[in-house]
Amino acid sequence: MRAALELASGWVLLLLLVGIPLYGWVRGVKVYEAFVEGAKEGFNVAVRIIPFLVAILAAVGAFRGAGAMDALAKVLAPITGPLGLPPEVLPMAVVRPLSGSGSLGLLGNIFATPGLGPDSYAGKLGSILQGSTETTFYVLSVYCGSVGIVRYRHALAAGLLADFTGLTASVLIARALWS
Amino acid sequence: MNIVFVLLFVAAAIAGAVKGDVKAVGQGAFDGAAQGVTLAIGLVGVMALWLGLLKIAEKAGLVDKLARAVRPIFRPLFPGVPDGHPAISAMLLNIAANMLGLGNAATPFGIKAMEELEKLNPTPGTATNAQVLFLAINTASLQIVPTTVIALRAAAHSNDAAGIILPTLAASFCALTVGVVSAKVLERFWK
Repeated sequence: MRAALELASGWVLLLLLVGIPLYGWVRGVKVYEAFVEGAKEGFNVAVRIIPFLVAILAAVGAFRGAGAMDALAKVLAPITGPLGLPPEVLPMAVVRPLSGSGSLGLLGNIFATPGLGPDSYAGKLGSILQGSTETTFYVLSVYCGSVGIVRYRHALAAGLLADFTGLTASVLIARALWS
Repeated sequence: MNIVFVLLFVAAAIAGAVKGDVKAVGQGAFDGAAQGVTLAIGLVGVMALWLGLLKIAEKAGLVDKLARAVRPIFRPLFPGVPDGHPAISAMLLNIAANMLGLGNAATPFGIKAMEELEKLNPTPGTATNAQVLFLAINTASLQIVPTTVIALRAAAHSNDAAGIILPTLAASFCALTVGVVSAKVLERFWK
């Protein structure tokens, strides 16, 4: 199942990489000129999002560096434990919207901890959690930054509500399946 | 966002002071800032590649065709976007790339979508309803195969590395539904 799906992803990628230029060429597009014209924008876009990324990542970096993340997890642990979110997974849930690599690192930790591992309740819950939530702050910074949007309106609220739903659903599903 | 920005720094300062490790706060901020630049510069190559391919697709009329094909689904969700607008196909490509786990293609398509939506924005600098809804769809992380997590599980010698695919999909779908509904409901209260 997994191998088949990964193979399919690979083929789709190939289809796009080869198919688009080929289709364009057949349709009489000057493909090389068109490609270069579009690609020129790549650098500008990347540079444009730098201030937005620096703003959020510096704030998150200070927050994590100070150990505020662990402190928050400690405060929440007595409440979330009985609900099916064990103390090993809680830090992941806190970090997830702020840092994707951070929460992936914590998931790796759970996998490597003796007595837990990838097939434990914590390991499975962490896996679903990582896959069903997104680094909302990063997504907003990159996408809004690329067009210079500074007033996000309800985007942050909707994104965090989606993350919170992903977390709640992960816990409920893990409890139903594996507890 | 202003509140979040201040709150993160204030919480960092308090936590640092309580722990007696004030230096770590500054160091964390510097590391984060450097990481932001590395990430952005790292995007240049793939961004250029996909934006180049997208330009070919645009000139070949492929983008236009795609936009027409998905009109029935996108019209009720994005009433502010005219039929056949290039924003539609860029959004579709972004969502498709996300679902297939082609992360490095999803970002350029997503940025292109935001740029096209921005052309319809009467108030530059402030997100439109369509942009917020598009962002909400993106923050739900709908991916058919969460390849990174599966790879990590396999590396940790899991007996059933891929067993989390369906549960993940179910949880993602819940997140997507709530994201879309809350974007639609909240747009009335945030002017």
